[in-house]
Order: sequence, then structure tokens, then C-alpha cells
Amino acid sequence: MSTESHGFSLREWIFTTDHKRIGVLYLIGSMAAFAVAGIMALLIRLEQSSVGPTIVADVATGGNQYNVWLYFHGAAMILGFLIPGLTGFAANYFLPLMIGAKDVAFPRVNAFSVWLFYAGIVMALLTFVVNDPPDVMWTGYPPYSILTSGNTAFYVFTVHLLGFASILGAVNFLVTVIYMRAPGMGWNQLNMFVWSTVTAFVIQLVFVPVLASAVTMLLFDKYLGTHFFDPAKGGDVLLYQNLFWFYSHPAVYVILLPALGILFEVIATSCKNMVFNYKAAVYGGMWGIVLISGEVWVHHLYITGMPDWIRIGQMVSTLLISVPVGLLAISMFGTLYRGAITYTIAMKYATACLFLFLIGGLTGIPLAMTVMTVHLSETSFVHAHFHYIMGIFATFSVFAGVYYWFPKMTGKLAGEKLGNLGFWFNFVGVNVTFFPLFIIGVQGMPRRYWNYEMFPQFEPFHKVAMLGSLIVAVGMALTIYNWIVSAISGEKAPANPWKSASLEWTDCANPPGPGNFTKDITVSADWTPYNYGR
Amino acid sequence: MKGRLVALSIPGMLLPGVVMAAAPAKIVDPVTSWNHLWNEVLIDLFLMGTVFAALAVYWLIKYRATSPDQVGSGPKLSRAQSWAWAMVPAFIFMADDFFLAAKGWTVWNIYRKVPDNAYEIKVTGNMWYWQFEYPNGVTTTYAYDTKEGDGLMVPVGTPVVLRMTSNDVIHSFGMSAYRVKEDMMPGRVTYIWFLPTEEKQSWVTCTEFCGVLHAQMYAPVKAVPRAQFDAWLQKKKSTT
Repeated sequence: MSTESHGFSLREWIFTTDHKRIGVLYLIGSMAAFAVAGIMALLIRLEQSSVGPTIVADVATGGNQYNVWLYFHGAAMILGFLIPGLTGFAANYFLPLMIGAKDVAFPRVNAFSVWLFYAGIVMALLTFVVNDPPDVMWTGYPPYSILTSGNTAFYVFTVHLLGFASILGAVNFLVTVIYMRAPGMGWNQLNMFVWSTVTAFVIQLVFVPVLASAVTMLLFDKYLGTHFFDPAKGGDVLLYQNLFWFYSHPAVYVILLPALGILFEVIATSCKNMVFNYKAAVYGGMWGIVLISGEVWVHHLYITGMPDWIRIGQMVSTLLISVPVGLLAISMFGTLYRGAITYTIAMKYATACLFLFLIGGLTGIPLAMTVMTVHLSETSFVHAHFHYIMGIFATFSVFAGVYYWFPKMTGKLAGEKLGNLGFWFNFVGVNVTFFPLFIIGVQGMPRRYWNYEMFPQFEPFHKVAMLGSLIVAVGMALTIYNWIVSAISGEKAPANPWKSASLEWTDCANPPGPGNFTKDITVSADWTPYNYGR
Repeated sequence: MKGRLVALSIPGMLLPGVVMAAAPAKIVDPVTSWNHLWNEVLIDLFLMGTVFAALAVYWLIKYRATSPDQVGSGPKLSRAQSWAWAMVPAFIFMADDFFLAAKGWTVWNIYRKVPDNAYEIKVTGNMWYWQFEYPNGVTTTYAYDTKEGDGLMVPVGTPVVLRMTSNDVIHSFGMSAYRVKEDMMPGRVTYIWFLPTEEKQSWVTCTEFCGVLHAQMYAPVKAVPRAQFDAWLQKKKSTT
């Protein structure tokens, strides 16, 4: 686009190739997925709040409804909200700005990718329209996913579309970072968020094709009569789980890394401090995760009867993930040291994330141990663990990012009052929801059980969790309402409201016009995005 | 002199092994081992979590900005400090990892080594019920809707090994009271063993998503005294 645009034009938004608009489109699409999947979460909490049928029809058919909610909640939150929210929205909008680029390397491919993403969201939403909706959880394990009367094809095509969108994004952003950095910008001068996006996309590029082939084999088995996963015909019943987790465990890091990247930006800016031990965090932490991520998937198969040597071997590699993650944690916590901390809403979310990261990360350690998992797996302990680290932690980091970059995207300040209120509702609510699940998980509460009549003693805990989910619902509604109202009629933001030293704040307008920068950006050898007054 | 001491001490070192081999093997209850290890892991986690949390809280309060223009003064690390801040924590984490891995492995070996005198029961998973087959051919099951059927009956004091498979999709046999769980799959036989130490009723629940009635796929596990168990099994045999 060569000319400045005036006013709103739907046509311009549909045919846009501007990375900023594509980023906003990703944000809107992923927040829509988040909202629908969030409503599913409320239904799930409501259903579990009493032992027998609460809102489902009856014992015999209740699973038909409940399992579809579970399927949609999982698939949409992970594939439709977290991955596109972090690598679609945040990377699209801010990565080119941070490296001083005018756009991404392949703007048209980028536009294609966002519309593929929307097609994927529509495919997922068809769940609520078709007869026999998919009921295979986000994991889609055969033989069930092949034998079920539910339409597994919708699951497969949703994965295909979102996966393809993600691969295109991966190629695009890796090329962009390699070739389009501002003159003078060395690898050790990149924003942490840029590094986290690069490492996340390396993981996507390597592993997504494996997931795509796994679900394609499901499709063939169910509809075309092949027998990849049918042992009676010479197939292997566990092959799918191996392929699925070979992608889907690294996918956890595709979410974790950019989430950490956003937090580094928010924390470093809010502390006016340099990132503590940058090189250890980037080369040891982020690249360490990339290196080990492909060698840990068997911890999802500890209870499948895999041979001992691989269960023990991957217990060790899974535990070793604590080394790169620990380096990142030290770097993140260390950035607070001798900082000058200002508690903006974004920083409040980031502080909450430090806490969630500790709880979620540490509860992963027993789950890395094969023998501990024999009892804990498939209980609500696992459920609570990954909701802390992957669910809430990553969601809060998206929220931290939206608040942090709100003036950049809209030119306006987000409302403080509603923002703070929303934050406290969200933070209290998620802990009230998920902490009780750790306790009953250790006592054996099975996952994916809407009816737990064999364990009536867990009912009070589920009631507390339901209460928590209602608190979260209020917090989320306040937050999203606040964004919409502030974007329309918020107070005008100063050029660099947080006094950040990063390029997206120092060198472009709020919001940046076409081409992002008014002059070509070059950086000197001693420039870093975290240079504060020294 | 030194050589003689060493030579003398070799049988001494062997002695405990000989004694242990001679004594009847004592069966270690996996539940006790699991609970013990769980407590140790919790202590480990609390220690690590407290260090990070306490430092973070202290810094988050101490380093609040006093004026809007104040900037941080975090230390600029020298090359050596940078390496030290990477390698020292890495080795501490790694040491803890190997420590936990070794601890976990020890208990894992208890879980996988079935005691010699274990009582064997075959279990088959179906959508959506379990079928238990005892050595004398008796089979039992349990219906979630009528609450009828014996479920899994086991004798107290005897280790029980379950040989498990499935007729349709993947199910998983989870007994939280005995801290065990393993998948049952078509075309494969998996196993778990456990030691009923006291008379009690607990539950087995299906712990791998298996469809509409997944949450109804459960059955009672009744541990009864050996005599009562034998009598029940005889009676079952004669009535079928």
C-alpha cells in the first residue's frame, strides 16, 4: 500500500496485505474462538458442579453433549486461540516493527495464511451445526475416532487448515527475521519476543507436518478403508499417539515461547531494565527447548505400556527440560533485580504470570516422572497442571501483550479502572477454579468425567471450581468490554507511554502508518531494545 | 596389611546380600512407595518454588519505581559471570533432575516387577464395561445402570496381577486407591500388579477417553479376606 488510508473500508481489510491489519484480524479471530471455547468451559464447570446430570439430559446420553463441549473447548483454545493469538496476532503486528522492517517478507502469503486461519475457525464452528459433531477430544485417538459416529473429518480438516496457515506463517517470519532486520541489527540485539517467535516457528516448521500426516491417516482409516491403526489388519494402535504427541508436545513450547517472549518485553519495559543474562536465556533457554522438545513426547504415553527403556529414557529427557526452562525463569525473575518497576495493567498480568509459571512449571515435574504419572495421568491433576501453564499462563501473557501494545495498535490508552477490575477478577477466578483440581486430582478424580458418582466426596471441590469459573467469566467480559470501549473512545495515548527503548515504541507512530517507519531504520552496535539510560 | 584388610572386607560386603537372598522376599507395597516418593517430590518442589517466589515477591516490592523517570540499574554481566549464571543453575537443575530420575526409576522397578506368587486375573475392556476372568474360568462384570455385578474381587494379602486387553477401542484401567493405571488396547496385552493390604472397597475407573459412556465405565474393586474370596469364587464356579 502506497497511500495513507482514510476511514474504515471493509474491502481494504479483506484484501489487506499489511502485517498490522493481518495481526488485528488474527486477534479478532482468535478472541472469537476464545469466547466460544470459554463458553464451553463454563458449561463444563457447570456440569461438573454436581455429581449426576446437572445440565446434560441424562446419564445414558449426557456424554453426547459433554464430549462435544470438551472437544471444542480443547481444539479451539489450543489451535484457534493460543497458537494464532501468540504467533498470529502478536508476531504479525509487532515482529516487523521490532526489527525495523516495513512489512514481512511475503505479504501476500501472509494474507493467505490469515484467511486459511479463518476457514479453520469456521470449520471448527461447524461442530455446532452438523449432525453427529466430532466428539474425539482435541487428541483424536484411534480406534475411537475411527469407530465413532461423530464426524471426525471436521476435526481433521480443522487441523489441516490451521496447520497449513501456521506453516505459511513459519516460513514467512523466519525469512523476515533472517533477511529484513534493520541494517546494523545483530543477532544479540533482537528483542526477546523476536527470538521467542523464531524458535517457536522453527518448532512449527519441523513438527506440524507430522501432525498433519497423523490426522490424514485417521481420515484414510475412517473414510477410505485403510488400516494404519487397526491391529486386526496389521496396523499399529499406538502409532497415532506417537505421531500426535511428536507434534503436540512441542506445540506446548510453540505456545510457551512466544508467551515468555511477550512477558520479557513487558517486564523489561516495566522495570526499565535490561534482560538479565540475555544470551543464556536465548541460546541456552529458547534454543535448548527447541533441541529437547522433540525428545520428550513419550511422557504422554507413560501409561500405554510402551517398553521400559523408552519410558525411562524419556523420563530423563523430560526432566532435563527444566534446565532451559530454568534458565529462562532465572533470566525473567532476574530482570526484576534492581529494576524501577511501574505496575501498569500489563505488568500486573506479567507478575501474575510469574506466579502461574511457578505453579504450572513445578507441578510438571512429578508428571515427568514415569512412576508418578502412573497414578496422576488422566486425573484432574494433569488437567490443572496444563491449565496453569498452557491455559492461563499463556492467556494472561496474551492479555499482558494486548494491554502493553494497546496504545500502539489503537493510539489510545486502555481504561485503567475496568482493566484493573478485570485483572483481579481473572487472577482470583483462575486460581479458585484450578487449584481445587490439583487436590482432587491427587486423590484420583478422573479427567473427562462429567459424572463422578463413584467419587461423591469431590463434589464440594467442583462447586468451588464452578464458582471460580463464574468469577473468570466476569473478568473476561470486563476485559474484552474495556478493550472495545477504549479502542473507540479511549483517552489519546502519548507517543511512548511506557518509555520503552524498543523500536516499535521509539520510531513509529501510534498506530504505525503504511510502511511502519517514516525514515529508514539503522541501529548502532551498542543499541539494544533494553537500553535504559546507560 | 592394607591388602589383607581389603581381602577381609570383601566377604563382609557380600554378607548382607547373602542374608537378603536367604530371607523370603518381602513384597513392597507400591502404594507405600508411591506415597513416600510423592512426599519427597513435594518437598523438592516447595523448596524450589519458595526460593523463586520469595525472591520475586521481595524484588517486586523493593524495586518499585519512585519517580516516573527512574530507570533500572540491573547488573551488566561480564563474560565469566554470564557463563557462571548459566552453568551453575544448569548443573543444579540437572543434579536435581538426575536425583529425581533415579528415585523415580527405583519405584518404577517395583511397579514393573510382578511378585512370583501373584494371583492372575484377565481383564478385557469393552465399550463400556470391564470383564474380569479368574483362573478357574469364572467371569464377572459390573453394570453402571443397575449397579449389579461383583466387579473385581481380590484377596487381601496376595499380590494381584492383571493381564489386560481390549475388544474395541483404547481403555485404561485406573485404580487410584492402588496408585496404578495402564491402558488396555486391542491386539496387545498390558499388565499392572497391586497389593490389597486391607479389606476395603475402592473403584476402578476408565482413564482413557472411550466415548459416550466413558464416565460410566467404572466398577467396584473389593478386597476381601482370602477365605471369603475363595468361598465366593467356589460359589461362583458352582452357580455358572
